[in-house]
Amino acid sequence: MKRVVNQSISIRRRLLLQLLFVAILLSGLLYLSVRTVADSAVERTQDSILGAATIAIAEELRGGEEGVAVDIPYTAFSMLGSIGQDRVFYRITIGDETVTGYDELALPTEPLNGLTPLFYDDAYRGLLVRAAAVERSVLVNGKALPVRVIVAQTRTSQQTIVASLAERAALLGIGFFVIAVGLSLLTARLVVKPVSSLVEAVGRRGPQDLRPVQRPVPRELVPLVTALNGFMSRLSVALSRTETFIAEAAHHIRTPLATLRAQAEIALRQTENEEARQTIRSMIRSVDTSARSAGQMLEHAAVVFRSDQRSDEQIDLSLLVEDITESYEPSAEMKGVRLVCLPHAHDITVDADRILLEAALRNLIDNAIKYTPKDGLVEVSVISAEGFARLEVKDSGRGLFGAQAAQLTGRFQRGANVEDVVGSGLGLTIVKEVARSLNGRFEIVEREEGGTCAALYVPLRSR
Amino acid sequence: MRGALCSIAITLIASTTLAFDIEQQQLFQGQGDETLSILSTTDIGIFRPVIAAFQEVRPDISVDYVVASTQEVYRAIYEEGAQFDLAVSSAMDLQMKLANDGLAQGHSSAQTDALPDWARWQDQLFAFAQEPVVTVVSQAAFEGRQTPATRSDLIRHLRDDPETFRGRIGTYDPRKSGAGYLFATQDARQSDTYWRLSEVMGGLEPKLYEASSAMLNAVESGELAIAYNVLGSYALARLDQKGAATIIELEDFTNILLRTALIPANAENPSGGAAFLDFLLSATGQRVLEENSGLPRINAGALAAQSYLRPIRLDTGLLVFVDPLKKQQFLREWSAAVVQ
Repeated sequence: MKRVVNQSISIRRRLLLQLLFVAILLSGLLYLSVRTVADSAVERTQDSILGAATIAIAEELRGGEEGVAVDIPYTAFSMLGSIGQDRVFYRITIGDETVTGYDELALPTEPLNGLTPLFYDDAYRGLLVRAAAVERSVLVNGKALPVRVIVAQTRTSQQTIVASLAERAALLGIGFFVIAVGLSLLTARLVVKPVSSLVEAVGRRGPQDLRPVQRPVPRELVPLVTALNGFMSRLSVALSRTETFIAEAAHHIRTPLATLRAQAEIALRQTENEEARQTIRSMIRSVDTSARSAGQMLEHAAVVFRSDQRSDEQIDLSLLVEDITESYEPSAEMKGVRLVCLPHAHDITVDADRILLEAALRNLIDNAIKYTPKDGLVEVSVISAEGFARLEVKDSGRGLFGAQAAQLTGRFQRGANVEDVVGSGLGLTIVKEVARSLNGRFEIVEREEGGTCAALYVPLRSR
Repeated sequence: MRGALCSIAITLIASTTLAFDIEQQQLFQGQGDETLSILSTTDIGIFRPVIAAFQEVRPDISVDYVVASTQEVYRAIYEEGAQFDLAVSSAMDLQMKLANDGLAQGHSSAQTDALPDWARWQDQLFAFAQEPVVTVVSQAAFEGRQTPATRSDLIRHLRDDPETFRGRIGTYDPRKSGAGYLFATQDARQSDTYWRLSEVMGGLEPKLYEASSAMLNAVESGELAIAYNVLGSYALARLDQKGAATIIELEDFTNILLRTALIPANAENPSGGAAFLDFLLSATGQRVLEENSGLPRINAGALAAQSYLRPIRLDTGLLVFVDPLKKQQFLREWSAAVVQ
């Protein structure tokens, strides 16, 4: 059963979102800054050409007897076509009078500073134009006349260049963003990697594995792992203390019980009084029950302890089954039950802890004999099926009386039909513990023809 | 069939509705109601095959073809506000002025996009033919002499033997001819040799003309020994067969004139103008122009092959010589050199 954990947004996603946010921000900034720089660079370039054209015209102005001679150099307008094909307008004025050019072209509103061009934006004939203006004084008949030269140009090609640069800037921003997304994904994964590998290592442990985490962990996780280790060591100490306590308790109970039973047997033999003998017999029965319970508690404790510290070896199951079946033959005979080991293959081997496996099998056979009436039959078999060895003990006993495996394998749980049989309710618990410890499983079902079929699955030795 | 459709009506008198001087006018009748009016500086005879080819593709359009001088074409559009769907002129500077001052409208198509940069200005002014500005010499006059290859050669000939050439040199009068003015200004821009040549010619009583054809006639008749700055297409068309004169592309530099067309901003049928323009620039139109009209097609390869061929670029530099002060000053200089 998976415990529900109060889950918040994952570290990786949180990190990713933050990185992506930063990436979007930086991409946007990159786009804007590239655009701004490109815009101003293009504008400056155009301005300097426009300014050069204006100065070139102004430098050709000559004074003379007939007035100001204007000789526009061809290159002045030709150079304006060097960046793109834009319309050109110009105006040359002496004082307030337009000498040549387009006389509706707006004059600069600010004072001019000689041959240093003044740039300004303007609208001419419904077109947005960039204008440059310079002023120069020309000597005519000994009189200095202020001559202004204004050259204006539409900015269509500038807009085209800026648009194409903007497109490139946008591509750059998008490219940057895509790379940033890739790097963010990688970074998020790398950052979370120690956490996920720790999670994986802890998750891979068996439920009984309470060893401290030894692997190196990043400094940020040290407090968590320290806390975890402390917690687990305390848990481990508590567990082992409990098991030890149970084992010792069982031992301390069993020894005096054995003594008590011996004494009772002696008393039984010495007493003639039938009433007293009856009492002593029931006493002996109680002592047997107690002793058995104590024995199984000890065995359970041993199984739990061993499942924490398994020492696996290669075991030939056929031999094991034969040995153990053989060892139960006397007790079966005593009860008048036929115990049979069915024929089986001889190459079924598993890697498992021998003590655990023996304990499980013993409990299964013991149970079967116990719940089978006189002249009944108990069959033990081992077969291999789908990667597992199936150890099966079938009896012709009274069955489970409708109980389910889960109920029967609980600690101190017994069937509803067993009052007359000595038992502790720990036998199947032990089998189940073993099955879990050996990564196998345990099934117990009622047979259709009466009796019970108990099966322990243990993974086969991998070849 | 086509002859029946194209009822021809040549009018050599100026239309009363138009205030500018018309030299020729002809209506090429189509099948439909759509009429396309073209104002052009190119003679009807030269353009007729192109119009016929156009009407084969678009028989629904009638073409009203009006011929005027370069100055008049410019004046009609710029000052009179005359409504035409296409303005065709060899005066590149005036066409440039029209486009720059917003009197043309934009047009963009696969054909216009295919033009090289130097043959197009924005989406407004398009060159459809290129032709060299050549010098034609009478073979009789140069009997036993080496034909001049450069302007310096020409100057040497004139100086060495002034009496042979006195009164037998012809060139455009830039004061009267727009094309002549364009050639003179471009020559002056290219090299100072032009002014030396002008001075030398001025000393030899040159004859001044307004049109290439008249100059070519005079060379053929032997009246002229040298015709300087003649339209190459006219010279080729006239002189090819006879052999009385030689066409020279001067190797110091030879200007390449571009014949350009624009769709006026106030056109009544701009799509018709655009259709004709696209046809002019199309492979078929260019082939008909070159083979049937004798106007060489736009061909960047041909220019690259001869380094002395200098196309007059369609850029705003052309505006400089349209400036009235500049023009006045240039013509004063020119007159001082040539008219003397």
